[in-house]
Amino acid sequence: MLSGGADFRTRLQNWLPKIVLAPSFAVMVLFVYGFIAFTVYLSFTGSRMLPSFDLVGFQNYERLFRVRQWDTAIVNLGVFAGLYIVISTIIGLFLAIFLDMKIRGEGLLRPIFLYPMALSFIVTGTAWKWILDPAIGLEVTVQRWGWETFQFDWIKDSDMAIYTIVIAAVWQSSGFVMAMFLAGLRGIDNEILKAAQMDGASTFQMYRRIILPQLRPAFLSAFVILSHLAIKSYDLVVAMTDGGPGTSTWLPALFMYEYTFTRNQMGIGAASAVIMLMTIAAIMVPYLYAELREKN
Amino acid sequence: MKKLYTGAAVVALSTSAVMAQEVEVLHWWTSGGEAAALNVLREDLAGNGIGWTDMPVAGGGGSDAMTVLRARVTAGDAPTAVQMLGFSIQDWAAEGALANLDALAEEQNWNEVVPEALQAFSTYDGHWVAAPVNVHSTNWVWANTALMEELGIEQPETWEDFVAAMQTAQDAGYTALAHGGQAWQDATIFDSMVMGVGGPEFYQASMIDLDADALGGELMVEAFDRMNTLRGFVDDNFSGRDWNLASAMVINGEALFQIMGDWAKGEFVNAGQTAGEEFQCFRVPGTEGTVTFNSDQFAMFGVEDEGDQASQLAMATAVMSPEFQIAFNVVKGSAPARTDIDASSFDACGQAAMADLAAAGESGGLFGSMAHGHANPPSIQNAMYDVITAHFNGEYDSATAAEEMVTAVELNQ
Repeated sequence: MLSGGADFRTRLQNWLPKIVLAPSFAVMVLFVYGFIAFTVYLSFTGSRMLPSFDLVGFQNYERLFRVRQWDTAIVNLGVFAGLYIVISTIIGLFLAIFLDMKIRGEGLLRPIFLYPMALSFIVTGTAWKWILDPAIGLEVTVQRWGWETFQFDWIKDSDMAIYTIVIAAVWQSSGFVMAMFLAGLRGIDNEILKAAQMDGASTFQMYRRIILPQLRPAFLSAFVILSHLAIKSYDLVVAMTDGGPGTSTWLPALFMYEYTFTRNQMGIGAASAVIMLMTIAAIMVPYLYAELREKN
Repeated sequence: MKKLYTGAAVVALSTSAVMAQEVEVLHWWTSGGEAAALNVLREDLAGNGIGWTDMPVAGGGGSDAMTVLRARVTAGDAPTAVQMLGFSIQDWAAEGALANLDALAEEQNWNEVVPEALQAFSTYDGHWVAAPVNVHSTNWVWANTALMEELGIEQPETWEDFVAAMQTAQDAGYTALAHGGQAWQDATIFDSMVMGVGGPEFYQASMIDLDADALGGELMVEAFDRMNTLRGFVDDNFSGRDWNLASAMVINGEALFQIMGDWAKGEFVNAGQTAGEEFQCFRVPGTEGTVTFNSDQFAMFGVEDEGDQASQLAMATAVMSPEFQIAFNVVKGSAPARTDIDASSFDACGQAAMADLAAAGESGGLFGSMAHGHANPPSIQNAMYDVITAHFNGEYDSATAAEEMVTAVELNQ
């Protein structure tokens, strides 16, 4: 009897975490993976305004890749994500390194750099839209200061507008990347650095050989977070250019929303969502695999 | 499966409709003048003891409102009446979601007083499903009178005159054409270019029948060429500007012309200007005698409850009453949806609009506007937007743009 009770207790203890987690696990499975499955299914149907369930095979994908705006969106994503990730990482890293030099006023500088992350992309986008607008922002201000020939009208130029979005996004995220690197830098054992110093390593060598390699986890986090921010980017574009001038700043997320919800082409929209998901998977899975395997 | 969907929606509707004698109205008339105009309807219904649950969804073109509506209908809880444009009505009717207003239409003779081109959107499969509120025509030019006099410009009669007038303004250092570079605004002027280049037959063939030869033909290339001409007369900073800011440029005398639908008139009137005095309105040269329109309508969703049906019919009656049509359209800047209405309380531009509308209705020159979703379904309309706006922003030349129109239509059919 007693042993049975103890047995029950142990079993309960073993099961309790699973029981407690079960509801949230179920909800997660349904609302994340369930809807992913539903979206994949929709992408093979002829859904227009409302979901329908008649299968049409790969028709939506064929159409998707013939739509010009999808090409534009993919190319833009390449340009935007590439520049955004690289520039944010570099700026974030340098800010962190300089802040780590035990400068005075770090307590003041850190929140200043970090603060943009507290703003939503809509706010960032709207602010930068005004700043970059040639008629009311930077261009006209500099001209009024006396530099008459100054020109900066990228946001109104279909070839350059995508770069203005990079500028705003980098402004928003660099501080956050800095915080991640700063945490990584603070986690490095001082003893190793002191030993290296005694061996006569220069600061540059120390960073290259000891510190940066140890920042690998921080690089990984930065890359994971920035690349998913880039691929899901929607609000920033809507606030800054609304896809314009023309259709020159479309990104896949904007494409997905437009086709699914305003153009009554839910099937094509779902197909584009599936492609976006596969893109993320194609980048993240090998990277995560490589990183995690090394640890083991 | 579709049937099952709407079936579920109807069942849910009947159970959720607890309060009798009340209408729940989903709309996007949230700006000052529009809200005031809608108040006329609300008070009219209150006089008949019918309550009004307001469900405004902000956002100019109504796409946000349509997203909300989709969610409501999918959840089986559709509003009683919804402000809608053109093909959306047809799409919802095709889903079987809309009520049948035939008896009321018969009794009040809607068939006679509503122009046929408009009926095409208010009816589905021969049955009335919506009550039209107004007719906006989109092929208007708004002009600053003082600037025209200063530059010695007469009202242009032909496309060549129009271009010459804009050249004069540009040479004198003014912005010749106030324009906002948003896809729907580019499409709005494109409507007039298509109509101006090829007349009603071409407009019908290309924009409505979606004939590939017309869409990719010589005339289409010429229409795109005219867009290039207009592109040369807008200021550098046009991209992304809202239409009312473009109107403000004409109001302030910075710009000579704006091509825009007659909702622009509200901006002029709000600025204390009078039609025919401080500002002029005339049809886009080349499109005289024709009217491209869009029309706001109240689509009635299917309800089972008899009390709800009664209040729905009362609302439709109120919408179609001459008093409401006058009160609303005087404020909104549009023309009434009925052609039998006394024009004396309208201003010069309003009277011209009503006369043009009646004449175009008679002569077969009344066409739904592509730019405003009254020529083809949203999927094709937006695909055309993409091509037009990409061309206007210099991504395609005219010949490529015409080819792209064919592809865009083919892909989205």
